[in-house]
Amino acid sequence: MRITCPHCGERDRREFTYQGDALALNRPAVDAGTAAWDDYLHNRDNPAGDTRDLWYHDPCGTWIAVDRNTVTHAITGSTPVAKVTS
Amino acid sequence: MVKLIAQTAFGDGLPRAVGGVTLTEVSMPGMWSVAPLKGQQKAVSKALGISLPRPNRTTSGAGTQALWAGPGMAYVRASALPDLSGLAAVTDQSDAWAVLTIAGSTVTDVLARLVPIDLRAQTFKTGHTARTLVGHMPASVTRTGPQSIEIMVMRSMARTLVHELDRATRLFAGR
Amino acid sequence: MRIAGKGRIDRNKPVNFTFDGVSYQGFAGDTLASALLANGVTLMGRSFKYHRPRGVLTAGSEEPNALVTVADDPNLRATTVEIYNGLDARSQNAWPSLKRDVMAVNDLISPFLGAGFYYKTFMWPKAFWEAVYEPIIRRAAGLGALTGKHNADDYEKAFAFCDVLVIGAGPAGLMAALTAAQAGADVILADENPMTGGRLLSEDETVGGQPGATWAAEVTAQLAAMKNVRIMTRTTVTGAYDQGTFGALERVSLHSPARAGTPRECFWRIVAKHSILCAGALERPIAFPNNDRPGIMLASAVRSYLHRYGVAPGKSVTVFGNNDDAHRTARDLEAAGVNVAAVIDTRTGVTYDGNAPSFSGGRIVATTGRHALDSITVEHAGGSRVIRTDCLAMSGGWNPSVHLTCHMNGRPKWSEKIASFVPVADAVPGMLTAGGCNGNFSTSACLAEGAAVTANLLGAAPASTPDADDTPYEITPFWMVEGKGRKWLDFQNDVHVKDIKLAAQENFRSVEHMKRYTTQGMATDQGKSSNVAALAILADATGRGIPETGTTTFRPPYVPVSIAAMGAGGQGHGFAPERLTTSHAASVARGAPMIEAGLWYRPSYFPRPDEATWLDSCNREVEMVRHAVGICDVSTLGKIDVQGPDAAAFLDFVYANTFSTLKVGKVRYGLMLREDGHVMDDGTTARLAETHFVMTTTTAAAGNVMKNLEFVRQALRPDLDVQIVSVTEQWAQFAVAGPRSRDLLNTLLDAPVDDDALPYMGCAPMQIGDVAGRIFRISFSGEHAYEVAVPARYGASLFNLLNAQAEAMGGGAYGMEALNVLRIEKGFITHAEIHGRTTAFDIGMDRMISRKKDCVGQAAAARPGLMEETREQLVGLMAVEPAQELTGGAHLFNDGDAPVRTNDQGYVTSVCWSPGLASHIGLGFLKNGRARHGEVITQVDHVRGVTTRCKVCDPVMFDPEGGRLRG
Repeated sequence: MRITCPHCGERDRREFTYQGDALALNRPAVDAGTAAWDDYLHNRDNPAGDTRDLWYHDPCGTWIAVDRNTVTHAITGSTPVAKVTS
Repeated sequence: MVKLIAQTAFGDGLPRAVGGVTLTEVSMPGMWSVAPLKGQQKAVSKALGISLPRPNRTTSGAGTQALWAGPGMAYVRASALPDLSGLAAVTDQSDAWAVLTIAGSTVTDVLARLVPIDLRAQTFKTGHTARTLVGHMPASVTRTGPQSIEIMVMRSMARTLVHELDRATRLFAGR
Repeated sequence: MRIAGKGRIDRNKPVNFTFDGVSYQGFAGDTLASALLANGVTLMGRSFKYHRPRGVLTAGSEEPNALVTVADDPNLRATTVEIYNGLDARSQNAWPSLKRDVMAVNDLISPFLGAGFYYKTFMWPKAFWEAVYEPIIRRAAGLGALTGKHNADDYEKAFAFCDVLVIGAGPAGLMAALTAAQAGADVILADENPMTGGRLLSEDETVGGQPGATWAAEVTAQLAAMKNVRIMTRTTVTGAYDQGTFGALERVSLHSPARAGTPRECFWRIVAKHSILCAGALERPIAFPNNDRPGIMLASAVRSYLHRYGVAPGKSVTVFGNNDDAHRTARDLEAAGVNVAAVIDTRTGVTYDGNAPSFSGGRIVATTGRHALDSITVEHAGGSRVIRTDCLAMSGGWNPSVHLTCHMNGRPKWSEKIASFVPVADAVPGMLTAGGCNGNFSTSACLAEGAAVTANLLGAAPASTPDADDTPYEITPFWMVEGKGRKWLDFQNDVHVKDIKLAAQENFRSVEHMKRYTTQGMATDQGKSSNVAALAILADATGRGIPETGTTTFRPPYVPVSIAAMGAGGQGHGFAPERLTTSHAASVARGAPMIEAGLWYRPSYFPRPDEATWLDSCNREVEMVRHAVGICDVSTLGKIDVQGPDAAAFLDFVYANTFSTLKVGKVRYGLMLREDGHVMDDGTTARLAETHFVMTTTTAAAGNVMKNLEFVRQALRPDLDVQIVSVTEQWAQFAVAGPRSRDLLNTLLDAPVDDDALPYMGCAPMQIGDVAGRIFRISFSGEHAYEVAVPARYGASLFNLLNAQAEAMGGGAYGMEALNVLRIEKGFITHAEIHGRTTAFDIGMDRMISRKKDCVGQAAAARPGLMEETREQLVGLMAVEPAQELTGGAHLFNDGDAPVRTNDQGYVTSVCWSPGLASHIGLGFLKNGRARHGEVITQVDHVRGVTTRCKVCDPVMFDPEGGRLRG
């Protein structure tokens, strides 16, 4: 498996650490309420198909949102999280 | 007065020649991580006298060399840095890394045993650098010539680096 | 026996080897199988389950029968083992010998051992499975055995990159590689054979007017001379993986004796922009009664032995087939002067144009011969006849080698034309198929397609295609001969036709169920020779057509890959990086046993000659710190430089407590939460300047904390102008702890420190000679203590200096054991306590969570469930009988309660003998523990069998007022 680091280019999967759904980028306000925080922290879809999840490129320290298909394993996008949230 | 004695990262482990390649410790005047604060990229370049490198590249000039270290950060090597206060986060890294040069005609083949990126001279040219792995170790790998590549790993991993390079070199030569 | 003038072996280089202790001679270029056949040895193995005598079926890596052990490596296929002088091969799964194997009794009771036998028979009593049945079955059924010894041979792993990976160097592969290379692409051409040419090495045919093998050699030489081509022979591409990654196993030196310093094998990860599969095709057997006797093999294998190795696998060969390749085999044998006993074609109205008698519409209904084929019985339109023959060449047609196209879930489709499966397009992204693996079997078609597919891919001109054989492939499907006796399909797992029918009858009608019920195709050869026929028979048994029944599929690896190759370099020091502190050599020199802390190595204790046990040393080191001064290397703690105008705001966000209020020159304890409200890590952070902090983390969590800080910086708070970088490795840092710590330091520091210059929780720059460093007045021992940091190059020197001074003052170095005792006495937590399931509330620090600001974990930490009084809370534990030990992992029960799960009150996390309190003590978590100080409870360790009554107390058991810390 190979993932493109937006800075370093395409790299072997061993350089990356997986960190779950990119939902983690949408952090609720501290007073958003229990339901919002519950969703943010615990509730995840498990799609057979397109998904966006977070990977950390350990050697350069970049957090990346990777668009990927869990059925075909095709990777269609790779964005630094800083660009997703800012 | 008390006098502390300096030791190099590799100590007696280097230099060594094995299987047609040489491993030599790189001693440097000083090295700092330089991370420009928001909007200060150009000002930092100006102060340093060289442009900060793009990803996977190095720049150099006037006794200063800069390696891309990650997004928004470079490792700058020089005997001293100009005052960058207010412009960049500057952190002394002179002792944080074990740095060696591996040189010889088979250097690319040897490192193909350990480094999971394409290091062939036509794609990884002199002056190119990469944050990647050497075996299991996070590393910074830079091509310094057609037959020489510089490797930086965490200082505490110096012995493991020599072990890995020694093994890879010996086995490649043993083919 | 050898045939003069035939073969691509080097007859000037005889090679001596042994098989089961008997010496034989072959030639350079022989495989073990070809050399044994040349010596008249046809019995090469015993089958997996019934221990039936078996010979070779094939001449390639798909071999199911002839598995041997060479040196200490079991399960090597005799058809791919290249012989060398001194090769010592042994047969497997037979005792006492290959000819007299006592377990062959299994074959006699085989009617009881059919598919599903184990599932039905060994169910009861349940406890018998592991204790009785499994060991017996495992011993009886089997492949070769491992020695249990350490593998002393060397192996490699390596990475390679290319534009075009061509898999297979037969006619299609050579043309593909040539076309790609001429177009300027970076090409890797991989083939599992020692030389290129594929089937051309095993056939007698011409390409471009010259012998096929000669043409192949010339093209190979042409490719080898091109700088953009890398030819990898003896390299099997074993798997196709995501994003153009391939696994490949190179047999570097298995064709010669093991030599230290030379890798045996190399496991490659090849990354290719494009790949062209030119893997050819594999012939399949026909199922007929007792079709597994030594001497019965595939027709293509007979031609391989004849043309490639110059060996006639028998004196009198019979050919049996359903396609024209059978005839070709007979013709080639006759041309080489080998007697052909008969040609039997299952098709009617087909005549053989050679000399041998031929039977059209014929069937083999029986065979005889115990250790070697003796005779066959043919039934045909004219009646039945027994034919004496010692070798039978069979051909049930060809199966394209679609294996790699299945590795990413591709499902090949049925082709009526060739009565087999062909790959579908885009089964593996970026992979194209050409030649035999695509169902195009003539040499001419292979050459043309290899060139055309590549040219089309690269938009380049195809390499010019030479003339070659263009005979069309004619086949009439024929899977099985009815009749008495077992008709073998999967030779390696001993599956026969009746097993498949039984599976169908018992309603395992899906291919996947049938496979698992019968184990068809689940041996190390993955049913390369048998899956298609088994599927056809399942289709027949269930009354469906083959396409409706299912498809054949394969998973990586294509051939077995030795674990040693995949794990190359991972033994001993190569297992994981070893992180060594600057004081490592000095610690080792003092005899300290080193223990692992993550990747770091830290001293456990520093033994002195008069100390008998580690506990003696530990107690002495604790006393040293409490009464004089101790030195401990704390460089392994994570250290992170945090700089920028928003550095303080950043720390306020990542820590539960507040750092923006910290004054320059001060240090504060910080508690870091995960977003789910549980504790992630703790440590101290010092403010070196208004916009400059240095954070410490625990040794264990350093990497994780850094990753998390980067996540906050990049994802959650990109608005903040802050930069972080690890400085763990830059600084060698030592704790100097104990009542005499300041006295000691003042002998070294250029500017002595006092309480005014450096009060408790203060930090400052310091100077030792010409070396600038940092000094922090912090303590993990409860004593008046400091940590001093110098650039790592001075670490060894400073450690020795500190130690010498400490020893002169009645102190010395202390290790992890003493450090642990010191912190347990003081109730300081480590990851034994903040183990991922504890909250700030649990450890009594919930009031530290600032409500004046947002921070990671604040919202979740406030959830009622994480702050319930009944939660297990951190407490101290002191043995009621001081000499009775506490044990880590023990559970807590109310005094008098039965120690069962339903009565569980909590657990013990850290324990030690406390010299200061003269008692065994511990830390643990107890339900509602903070309200229960003074209560007596019982800790029960069911694993170690330890029951100890202990008193619940405040976690800070030693010097609760903290007077020593500040004094």
